Amino acid sequence: MMTRRPSRAALIAAKICIHLTALSWVGYYYFLAITDQLGSDPVKGIIHFTGMSALNMLLLTLAVSPLARNFNLPWLLGFRRLLGLYVFFFACLHLLNFILFELQLDFSLFIDEVIERPYITLGMLAFVILTALAITSFRHLKRKMGRHWQTLHNLIYAAVILVVIHFYWSVKSDITEPVIYILLIIGLLLFRRQKLSYYLRRKVARISQQ
Amino acid sequence: QDLDFAKSNAQTVPDALTPEAKVISHNNFYEFGSQKHQPAENAQSFRVNPWSLKVGGEVEKPFTLDYEQLFSQFVIEERIYRLRCVEAWSMVIPWLGFELGKLIKRAQPTSKARYVAFKTLYDPEQMPGQRSRLVGGGIDYPYVEGLRIDEAMNPLTLLSVGLYGKTLPPQNGAPVRLVVPWKYGFKSIKSIVEIQLTEKQPPTTWNILAPHEYGFYANVNPEVDHPRWSQASERRITKGGLFTRNRIKTQMFNGYGEQVADLYRDMDLSKNY
Repeated sequence: MMTRRPSRAALIAAKICIHLTALSWVGYYYFLAITDQLGSDPVKGIIHFTGMSALNMLLLTLAVSPLARNFNLPWLLGFRRLLGLYVFFFACLHLLNFILFELQLDFSLFIDEVIERPYITLGMLAFVILTALAITSFRHLKRKMGRHWQTLHNLIYAAVILVVIHFYWSVKSDITEPVIYILLIIGLLLFRRQKLSYYLRRKVARISQQ
Repeated sequence: QDLDFAKSNAQTVPDALTPEAKVISHNNFYEFGSQKHQPAENAQSFRVNPWSLKVGGEVEKPFTLDYEQLFSQFVIEERIYRLRCVEAWSMVIPWLGFELGKLIKRAQPTSKARYVAFKTLYDPEQMPGQRSRLVGGGIDYPYVEGLRIDEAMNPLTLLSVGLYGKTLPPQNGAPVRLVVPWKYGFKSIKSIVEIQLTEKQPPTTWNILAPHEYGFYANVNPEVDHPRWSQASERRITKGGLFTRNRIKTQMFNGYGEQVADLYRDMDLSKNY
């Protein structure tokens, strides 16, 4: 099957579209929250919105390479970094909202929450991974890191698992939504079962050699 | 519908009231959906008249109140109470109602009556959360709650039939709900059809669902954390957007210690949470 690669201008236009959509979407929600129109508890509303946006972006990012491979659209891979950085962007806002508006800068409470609440601990771990991936997303760093870059960026799979458990544990009783996300993630990971099982087998082999 | 009531200055708090629009749009009433905004959307066609509230169990004189009698048998007064949700948000609400103790006294409890059990209406046709576990948060309905009899007889404990000068909106538990201001909100059971005096401690819904997270007593206590979040402080739902500084310290017994601390004199509140 032959597919024509879109022109450079079309790709740039698509990227600008992604930026405009994401940023105006965020701006709109912050406007609602600041003017007290985002439900009766705007703090909860904005935390939930940014958290869910980060998770949705993460799923989208993970969908890129299976789509590119199965539909023979290699140019899609050019969007992966951009989408991945938006995951980090939403995760930053999510954490910032929690500290600024939920805890209202009570840092000792923040430390307590991170240590004592398993779902917050997992969320923070995922955030640390996302931060490392975002920092190393620059092209010259990627080149410098060589094969270590891929090893580090495989942590995205750990991050998505941490994030979805973070979501699952944060829910009071209605687990429908997190369960749907867990199923979607299992689906996305199944596309990579060969890569993941190879990766895990190598790890196990290395450990058993020691 | 407007309600006549006696203004009483006996029970009020210095805190600013939560705006009515928020009191009636931010609700935990899983029978109408497990998200805060859903009860206001799904409960509007809920029929409260005719209603029947049965009072029975270990009493000499069981009786039933119909819809009209909920408003005519006892003097309705206004009580401004703090409401502290176990999820660490809170409101200040001007309730209308009468003391639960007065209703219980009228039924004349027997010497065996040690607890009071409450039950919400079970009507899956009207309550989507009771039809589908997906909507109702996986709870086994009907919702049940309970109090020790001395807690039920405490003058603070209110059977509410209204708020902000009007009858209760359905999403707030019309036509009659419990209000126990020193306990977490889930104790304040909504749309009650049955009040039974019992000898044994009755089962309670959230305790059945997650016993390590929700106890029978559920007294507001800043020193005993929920396993998944701190109870030391809370966010007050007031007017204002994202930048409102609304995090405040949670008070022991939600600030009602003077009236209720004696009830728990000899108890370890970290075990009996």
